[in-house]
Amino acid sequence: MWQIVSQVFPYAIAFTIPLLITSLGGLFSERSGVVNIGLEGLMVVGAFSSALVISLLQPIMPEGAIWIGILAAMVFGALFSLLHAFASINLNANQVISGTAINMMAGALTVFIARTMTGSGNIQIISGLPRFDIPILSKIPILGKLFFSQTYASTWLVLLILLGSWFVIYKTAFGLRLRACGEHPHAADAAGVNVHFVRYIGVMLSGAFAGLGGAAILVTYSGEFNGSVAGLGFLSLACLIFGQWKPLGILGAAFFFGFASTLASVSQVIPAFAVIPGIILKVFPYVVTLIALILFSRSSQAPKAAGEAFDHGKR
Amino acid sequence: MDYVVEMQNIRKEFPGIVANDDVSVNLKKGEIHALLGENGAGKSTLMSILFGLYKPDRGLIKVNGKEVIINNPNQANELGIGMVHQHFKLVHNFTVTENIILGLEPKHGLTLNLKAASKKIHELSEKYKLDVNPNALIENISVGMQQRVEILKMLYRNAEILIFDEPTAVLTPQEILELMKIMKNLTEEGKSILLITHKLKEIKAAADRCTVIRRGKVIGTVDVADTTTAQMAEMMVGRVVSFTVDKKEQEAGDVVLDIQKLSAMGNHGVMGLNDFSLQVRTGEIVGVAGVDGNGQTELVEALTGLRKIESGSVILDGIDISKSTIRDRIESGMAHIPEDRHKHGLILDYSLEENMVLEIYNKPPYSKNGFLKKDEIRKHADKIIKDFDVRSGEGPITITRSMSGGNQQKAIVGREVDHNPNLLIAVQPTRGLDVGSIEYIHKRLVEQRDSGKGVLLISLELDEVLDLSDRIAIINHGELVGLVKASETNENEVGLMMAGVGK
Amino acid sequence: MKKSFKFEINKQLLIGVVTVFMGLIAGAVLMAFTGNNPFVGFSYLFRGGLMNVERIGNTLATATPLIFTGLSVAFAFKTGLFNIGASGQMLFGGLCATAVGLTFNMPRPLLLTVMMLAAMIGGGLWAFIPGLLKAKFNVHEVVSTIMMNYISLWVTYYTIQTFFVGAYDTESRAIPDSASLKTQWLTDLFNGSFVNIGLFLALAAVVIIAIILNKTVLGFELKAAGYNRFGAEYAGMKVNRNIVLSMVIAGVLAGLAGATYFVGYANTIQIGKMPTIGFDGIAVALLGANSPYGVLAGSIFFGILHSGKGFMNAMTSIPPEIGDTIIATIIYFAATSILIERAINTVRKKLKGDK
Repeated sequence: MWQIVSQVFPYAIAFTIPLLITSLGGLFSERSGVVNIGLEGLMVVGAFSSALVISLLQPIMPEGAIWIGILAAMVFGALFSLLHAFASINLNANQVISGTAINMMAGALTVFIARTMTGSGNIQIISGLPRFDIPILSKIPILGKLFFSQTYASTWLVLLILLGSWFVIYKTAFGLRLRACGEHPHAADAAGVNVHFVRYIGVMLSGAFAGLGGAAILVTYSGEFNGSVAGLGFLSLACLIFGQWKPLGILGAAFFFGFASTLASVSQVIPAFAVIPGIILKVFPYVVTLIALILFSRSSQAPKAAGEAFDHGKR
Repeated sequence: MDYVVEMQNIRKEFPGIVANDDVSVNLKKGEIHALLGENGAGKSTLMSILFGLYKPDRGLIKVNGKEVIINNPNQANELGIGMVHQHFKLVHNFTVTENIILGLEPKHGLTLNLKAASKKIHELSEKYKLDVNPNALIENISVGMQQRVEILKMLYRNAEILIFDEPTAVLTPQEILELMKIMKNLTEEGKSILLITHKLKEIKAAADRCTVIRRGKVIGTVDVADTTTAQMAEMMVGRVVSFTVDKKEQEAGDVVLDIQKLSAMGNHGVMGLNDFSLQVRTGEIVGVAGVDGNGQTELVEALTGLRKIESGSVILDGIDISKSTIRDRIESGMAHIPEDRHKHGLILDYSLEENMVLEIYNKPPYSKNGFLKKDEIRKHADKIIKDFDVRSGEGPITITRSMSGGNQQKAIVGREVDHNPNLLIAVQPTRGLDVGSIEYIHKRLVEQRDSGKGVLLISLELDEVLDLSDRIAIINHGELVGLVKASETNENEVGLMMAGVGK
Repeated sequence: MKKSFKFEINKQLLIGVVTVFMGLIAGAVLMAFTGNNPFVGFSYLFRGGLMNVERIGNTLATATPLIFTGLSVAFAFKTGLFNIGASGQMLFGGLCATAVGLTFNMPRPLLLTVMMLAAMIGGGLWAFIPGLLKAKFNVHEVVSTIMMNYISLWVTYYTIQTFFVGAYDTESRAIPDSASLKTQWLTDLFNGSFVNIGLFLALAAVVIIAIILNKTVLGFELKAAGYNRFGAEYAGMKVNRNIVLSMVIAGVLAGLAGATYFVGYANTIQIGKMPTIGFDGIAVALLGANSPYGVLAGSIFFGILHSGKGFMNAMTSIPPEIGDTIIATIIYFAATSILIERAINTVRKKLKGDK
C-alpha cells in the first residue's frame, strides 16, 4: 500500500502543478473582472512554444534550453492572451465567446505551425526536467519521501509563485486595486484606479501562468506536444470555482482534483483501486465541481463584476 | 469676489442629445451652491465634467482663478475637488478603511500600511464629526454611514471643493437633518459645496445660492433666501407648476383588498414584514408612507406573488389569493405598476407591442392554438399608445430600451390600467420622471379612483403620498405604525411616524 | 417604421459578411506564411467543397450536424442561455442512437425513428441537468455545461469500451447499414458521398425552430425569460420551467446533431475525442446572428471549409488546420463585432454626409 502511494504521489503532484498554476492565472484574470475560459487554449500555446523552443535549442545548448523554453511559454502565453484582453476590455466583447475563440484558435494555429515547421502535428523534446531530492528535507520520515523526493524544479517555481500571489493579492496596493476592479470597477474608477490597465495585467498574468502550466506538462510528464492539453484548462476553471477564488483554496482544490484524476489513470494497474470502476474516478472531478457549484451557489465568492464589460460612460 | 470654481460656457454632447449647452456656473468659497433641475436636465453631467469623468466639448474650467484641464478623477483630486456619488461607489466586501484608501494607498515598502491609514481616518472622523466604524464591511453598515464613508473618501484626499450628487435620495428624514449639519460644519471649516438636487425644500434649508438648469441650459442663478420654492419650480420646469392634484371628496365603497396579519421574510434572514393588516376599498387611494427599506418591497412582493407569505392572508374581492400564482392574481383583477420599471416592468429588448401583451399574450384574441396573432397584438398596442400618450421612435415596433423613462412608465401604466383591474398597486410610479409625466400619471391614478377602483400607492416621496391618498398607512420596520386620513394630517405628523416616533 | 427594421437586418447581414471576410483574410495570411499563394489555396479549398456533385454532397453532409448544433446554440442564446455543452450533448445523443442501432433488430423505418428519439432524449437529458441547476440554484450554465461535456466524454468512453467495442478498441462497432441514415437513392444522387437523410431532418428543424421562435406563444415566453427573467416572472410566466425547457430543446437539437453525425455521416464513434462540431456550432450561431436561417447559411459555409480542406491539403502543402483557424478567427471577430459595427456606422455616416 505504502509502495503504491509513494509511487503515485509524484505523478499526482506533477498533474496537480499545471492545474494549480493555470488556475492561479484564472484567479488573477477573474479577480480583475475578466472571465477567461480560454485557459485551455493558453495552456496549449504554452506547451507549443516551450516544445518548439526546447526542441530547437536542446541540441545546441542542453543546459539552459528547458528554462528558456519555459520562459518562452510564459511570454507567448501572455502575448496570446492580449487577443482576449483587447476584445474583452476595449471592445466590450462577450467574454465567454472571446475565450472560446481563443481555445479554438490556439488549438488550430499551433498544430498548423507545427505541421508547417516539422511536417507532423507533434513536437517532441529530447528530455524534460530532471527529478531530484531536496537535501535534508527529503530525509524526514514519511513527509520527506512524499513531498521532497523526486521533485521537479517547476513544482517549486509554481509554489513560489503561489506564495507570491497570495502576498500580492492581500497585502499590496496593487492587490487591493485588482480586487476592487473585480468587485466594483466604477468604485475603483472613481477612486482614480485605471481599471483597463489593471484588467490587462490580470489577463496577461493568466496568459503567462497558463503558458507556464502548459510548459510544465511538457517538461514533467508528457515529453511531447500534440495539440491538446486534454481539458486541463477547463479543469482549472473548476478548480478556481471550487477554491472560491482564493489562492489557498485553489491549492486545496488542485490537489484534490489532481489526485482524483491520477487515481483514475492508474486505477487499472493497481489491484487495490481496480475495484472502483475507472469511469467513476475519471468523472469524479467534474461531478464534484457540479456539486460544489450547487453548494456554493448561495454564498459564492465570485468577484461581483467578473464578466461584465466596464463602460466608462455609464454611471 | 473670489470664486473657487468657475465653469464657463461648457458644452457636452452625447449621441443624440446635448447634455450641457453653454452652461456657466461658479462657486464661491465657503458657500453651498445648489444645482437644481429635473432628472435628465444635465446637472449630473456637468458635475461629472468637473470631477474628470467626462471631458467637455467646449468651454473652460477655472479653479481658484487658474484655468485647468481635468482628465480624470485623479487630477480632480489633485485640484482639491471631490465627489460624493448618488449611487455610492463603494466595494461591498471591503472594509471602510480599504474603501477610503483605495487609489491612494499608504505603503510601507511593498505592503499596505493600514495602521497609518487608520490613524488619518480617525483624525478626519473626529475633526468633521463623521462617525464611522473603520473595520466594518460596507455591506454590513447603514446607508447613512456609507454616505459618511464617501465623504471621508474626499476629505482623505484633502478635497476643498465637495460635490454632492442627490445625497438625500436614500436617507431617512433624520439622516437628512444630520447631513445638513455635516454640510454646515464643512463650510465652516472652509470647504465649498456644490449640491446637485431636485428637492426644492432641501435647497431652501441648506443652500446659499442656486443655479437652475433646464434641458441642458442655465435658466438663472438666484439667492435662495430671496426666492420662493414656487419661483424655483417655475424656473426648473418652464411653466407654473401646480403642486397639488385635483381630487374631489368621495365615499369609498366595498373592501376590494383585505390584507390580514401578513408576514413575509426580508432579504437578510430577518422578518421584513410583520403582522401587517390593511384594507383598501373601491373608490379610494390608500397610500403607504415609509422610509426606504422598511418593508414596502416585501409587502408589494407578498401581495403580487413575487415573494412567499410566511403567515397571514391576502383577500382580493372576497377570494383568498395567498397561495395563488402571479398569473392567477393578475387574472383575478390585480394590476401592478412595479418599483423598478427596467427590472420588472418591461422586457427592454422586446418591442413596445410585445411588452403591452406581456401578461395576456396567451389569451384570445392575442393567441390561438399556441400561435400569436400579430395583428391583434398590434391593435392593442396602438390603443394604449393613443390613450396614454406614449411617445416612441417607431411606434409599436420600437424596442423599449430606446424609449425615455417617462414614456416607458406611461406605457406600463397604460398596460396595467387597460386590464381594468379592481385593485391597482402602484409602487414609486413617478420615480425619475420629469414633471410633465409625473402630473400625467397622478391624473390617471386619480381617474382610477374616481371610476370606482381601488388604488394602493406605495411611494418614498412623502409629498406624493400626501397629495394623492385618501388615507395614509405608515410602515416602519415592517409593521403598520399609523393609519390616518390624509385630510386630517400633515407632513410633520407622518414624518414622525415614519421615523418610528409617536406611535 | 418598416425602414429601420430592414436597416437592422441588413446591418446584421453586413456584419456577418465582414466577419467572414476577416476570417478569410486570416486564412490568407496563414497560407502566405506557408509559402503558398492564398488565391491558389482558397481556390482549392472551395473547389474541394463544391467542385463536383460528390463533393457538394459531402459539404451538405458535413453541414448537417453543424446545422443542428448551430440551432442548439442559437436557440439557447436567443433564450438567454449559453450552451457551451453542445459537444457533450451531441456525443451522448449519438451514443444513445448508436446503442439502439447496435442492439435492436427492427424494420428500418421503425429502427431509425427509435434511434432518432433516443438521440433526442439523450441530448435533452444531458442539457436538462445544467438547465435545472441554473433554474434552481442559479449555477451559471457555462461552467456546468463544460463539466457535462467531460462527463459525457468519459461516459461514452467507458460505455463503448465495455459494451460496444469494435474492431479497434478506440472505436465502437460499426452500425449495420439498416441503422444508418444513409440511403441508397440519396447516396447515388450525390455520387457516393456521405450525404444522408439527416439533411432533411436538419432543414425541417430550421423551419420548425424559426416558427417556434417567431410565431408561437412558447417562443414568446422562452425569449422573455431569456431577455429578462425578472420581467417575465412579474408578468406571471413560469421562469424556472422556461429555463429548463429552453436548455432541453437545445439539448434535443444537439442530440440530433450527434445522430446525424455518428449514425449518418459516420458509422462508428471514436472514443476519447470531444467533437469539435459542438464548438463550431457556436461560430455558426454567432455568424448567423442567432437566427435559424442565418445558422443554415453559416453551416453550409463551414461545411464547404471542412469538406474542402482535405483537397486543399492534398494539392498544396497547406495544413488542414487552417479550416479551424479560419473558423476560430470568425468567432473572434463575431465576438468583437462591435468594432465592425462602429466601422460600418462611421462609413455610413461619411457616405450620407452626416445627415
